[in-house]
This record gives sequence, C-alpha cells and structure tokens, in this order.
Amino acid sequence: MISPLKRSLPMLVMGACTLYFLVPIWWLLVAASKSRSQFSNTDPLWFADFSLFDNLNELFSYRDGVFLRWMLNSVVYTGGAALLGTVLAAMCGYALAKYRFPGREAIFNVVLSGVLVPATALALPLFLIFSQFNATNTFWSVFLPSLVNPFGVYLARIYATASVPDELLEAARLDGSGEVRTFFTVSTKLMFPALVTIFLFHFVAVWNNFLLPLIMLGNERLFPVTLGLYSWNTQVNQIPELRMLVLTGALVSIIPLVIAFLLLQRFWRNGLGSGAIK
Amino acid sequence: MTRKRPVGALLFFILPFGLLFAAFYLAPIAYAIKQSLYKVERTGTFGPAREVFGGLAQYERVFADGPFWESIGRVLLFGVVQVPVMLGLALVLALLLDSGLVKGRRFFRLAFFVPYAVPGVVAAIMWGFLYSPNLSPFSSVTSAVDLLSADLVLWAMANVVTWVYVGYNMLIIYSSLLAIPQEVYEAAKIDGAGAIRTAWSIKIPLVMPAIVLTTVFSIIGTLQLLAEPAVFRTFSSAVTSAYTPNLTVYSTSSIPNFNLAAAFSVVLALATCVLSFAFLKVTQRGGDK
Repeated sequence: MISPLKRSLPMLVMGACTLYFLVPIWWLLVAASKSRSQFSNTDPLWFADFSLFDNLNELFSYRDGVFLRWMLNSVVYTGGAALLGTVLAAMCGYALAKYRFPGREAIFNVVLSGVLVPATALALPLFLIFSQFNATNTFWSVFLPSLVNPFGVYLARIYATASVPDELLEAARLDGSGEVRTFFTVSTKLMFPALVTIFLFHFVAVWNNFLLPLIMLGNERLFPVTLGLYSWNTQVNQIPELRMLVLTGALVSIIPLVIAFLLLQRFWRNGLGSGAIK
Repeated sequence: MTRKRPVGALLFFILPFGLLFAAFYLAPIAYAIKQSLYKVERTGTFGPAREVFGGLAQYERVFADGPFWESIGRVLLFGVVQVPVMLGLALVLALLLDSGLVKGRRFFRLAFFVPYAVPGVVAAIMWGFLYSPNLSPFSSVTSAVDLLSADLVLWAMANVVTWVYVGYNMLIIYSSLLAIPQEVYEAAKIDGAGAIRTAWSIKIPLVMPAIVLTTVFSIIGTLQLLAEPAVFRTFSSAVTSAYTPNLTVYSTSSIPNFNLAAAFSVVLALATCVLSFAFLKVTQRGGDK
C-alpha cells in the first residue's frame, strides 16, 4: 500500500505542471471569447459576455476571408506533405531494412546525416534554387521541400526490421506476390502503428516550419496559417483591431492539431519513443 | 543467396525519396556552399551587378561579424540553461508517471502533450500577451518585472520553448521507460531499493539513449531559434534583427545579400552538425565505460 502522504507530493507536482501547461491555452480560449473592449478590462482568466462567434465571424470575413484560405493552405501543405512524405519515407526505409544490396549502408548514412542538417539551414539555398526556375512564391516551392523527411526513413527502417519478419516476405514470394504488392498489402499493415508515428512527427514538423514559407512566399494568398498570423501580429501596433483577430486566429489554428492528437492518441501515447530505444 | 535481386522493386522503393532528397537536401547544401564562395561586383557605383568568384571573402565577413557571433553566444547560453531545465523537467515528469504514485496518468500525459500542438509562432504570440505588463492575467507580476526587457527577454523565450517541448520530450522518455522489462525491477525490490533509488540507479541509466536523442534534437532546435525571436520583435525592442543566427540569415537575405546569407547558413549548419555530433561522441564514450 502506498500511503496518501507519499502520493501527495507527486500529485502536487503533476497538478502544478498541469496548470503551467494548460492555463495559457485556457487564457487564449477566454480571450478569444471577448469583445475588444472587454478584453482589456475584465478578468483575463474568466469569461465576460460571450462574443466568440462574433470574433469568429469577423476573423473569417476579414479581407475576403483570407484567414480561412490560410487554414486551408496549412492543411494542404501539412496534410499532403506528411501523407505523401510518410509513404515515401516508409518505402525507402523498408527497402533499406529488408533488402541487401551494394551501397545500402552508404545510402542509409547519407540519409541519417540529413537528420543532423537543420531544415532551416536549407531554406535560403532552396529559395535561391527555386528563384533560378522562377518558381519562388508558388505552392510547390513550399510543398515539394516539405515532402522530404530523413528522420522518417530512419524510423521506418527500424520499425520494418522489428515488425516485418523475413519468413513472411518469403512466403509471399512463394505465393507469387510481387515485391511491391507485398509491401502495400502485407508490410504496411504490420508497420501501420509506426507509420502513424512517422506521419505525426512529419505533420508537426511541417506545421511548425516557419522559415521556409517566410523566405519563399510573398503572396499572402499562399501563406500557411502560422505565417499569416505572424504577419498580422507584426502589424498589431499600427492596426490595433488586428489584435482580437490574432488571438481568435491563434485559437482556431491550434484546433486541428489538438483534434488530430486526440484521435490518434493510442498511437502516440506509447509508440512515440520506440525509435529511441533501439 | 541464389534468388535474383529485385532491382525494379528496389528502384521503385528508393528512387522517389532518393530523388527528392537529392533535389531538396543535397542540392541546396551544395548550392549554398557554391553561393557562399561568390560575391557581387559592380562596375562603377551604378553599373550592372554581376557575380564573380570571391574565394573566402564572405567567410571573412562572417568571422568579422560581431553581432553574428554575439547571437551564437546568446543561443549557446540559452541552450546551456534551457535544454537541461526542459529535459530535467521532462525526465522528472516521466519518472513520476512511471512510478505508480500518480493517478490519472492518461489525463496528465495528454495535458502535458497539448502544448506540442501549438506551433512556435502561435505559442510565442500567446506568451507575448501573457508577458505584457497590462494585458497579462498575471499583471501583478508582469507590471513589477518587465519580462520583455533586454535582460530577461531571452529567458522569457526560453520559457516559451520549454512550455511547448516538455511534454513531447517527456513522452519520448516515458515510452522508453515503459519498454523496460518488469523483471529488472524485481531484483531491485528484493535488494530493498526504494522508488528514488530505483529511478536513479536503474531507470535513468536504462533510458539514457532516449535522453541523448532528445538532447541532440534540443541542441539542433536551439541553434535554429527563429519563430520565437521573430515574433518577440513586435513585443520587445530588445530583440534586434540579428538576435539569433537564423534571424541574421533571414535579415541578410532580405537586404538582399544572398552570398553573405549563404555563408551564414553554411557556418550555422556546420556549427550545428559539429555540436550535435560532438555530443553524440562524448555520450557514446561515456557509455563504453
């Protein structure tokens, strides 16, 4: 039996940390629900008149609904890049795990050293390369570089080694299944929890990527939501009414990821660190 | 092996990633190095600009650039304090979750992980308001201590980064704690080791690889600090356009001086690789003993 006294200190620490992590989000929720005048003269941590829907209305209609456009951009950049990027990383990592061929270790080491190269160091040279093709300030200039996820290849290789038995592949071959078909019908099923983890990592990385769109994009209609909110926030001192839009927008911008986290809980809850143990 | 190697399938698996990796990882690195070796020359004051080979001229400017090295020093100081605090907290929380002393584990895990869903820019905007002297819910603190002053703004940012990433790091450490087989603890129990002793002598050494991994990622992240200082420029005049190395890269490229910005990028990437690699080497040597 564990005495209540022994329990109370850990619970106290956990409680204090919960406050630290959740109060800012609570504050954001409360702030986004207030009118401009009440924002500065009512209790910051409790609701006043509930004007969240007015704020949302204003947010979505401001300048022809540019915010909604940013949200959609973010979903397409991030969702598309993470989905496609996970498939590509999985195929490459799987091949590196399950086949022996000359140059295998060399390829793996090059990809692995890519993990240590910070993505932001690539943003400027990518801009210079894309400008050679007059392709900066386009959707593709942000989307294509976001597809590449070397850490995903590293994780996929580890997971494929651990979860796809050679005997199974051999059996599939005897049944006459081609290598590619085996991958998509058998191996991906075994690797599925791992693939969700790779997808989540990739999703968050692209969602957070700030320097690449900042350098690459000039056209506001192409901005992801982070860059859009950033550009509004830099104008807050000149245009004070943007402040409520920034706050409401900040709240809206985190909702998709929070929902994704909740839905995919059973995958990240225990699986997130599996790559680190090996 | 007698079976024929499935070359077609291998190409199908590897080429798509390989080509993209070459185009958007390797080529930019090569291109940045090339650009950094060129300089722009004008004939006369208003003559047309053209790029000529400049040798290491840009690197001389990088090494003579006081504010850039100050910013490197600043992020190193930031990292030396923030990374241990963040990972220490993550480790303590992971150990507490794993200790069996805590009820409601699922709730806490989720609550601590939620900030990770907040993009760096949005987290910085949010905390910028929380720090402001008159709008903050903690205005009794923020009006007495100016968290956005030149002395404190770096630590104000450190708090933002800590807030976002503690839960994520905790989860990585916690999942490797879960992977420790129960038998390991049996022996400790028989020897009469308490919870703290078990944590210190058994759990922490066993999750060391996870801690090393999170440290490397944190080092890389710290040197790349960008979104937080970029946002805090709106809130605090103490944050200059050369506050962190990446801000320097960005402001140099928007002058525009691409050759110099490329040289900054190369130096920063090298510094990051060297530092994370050195850390890996040092910890591996420690592990061999």
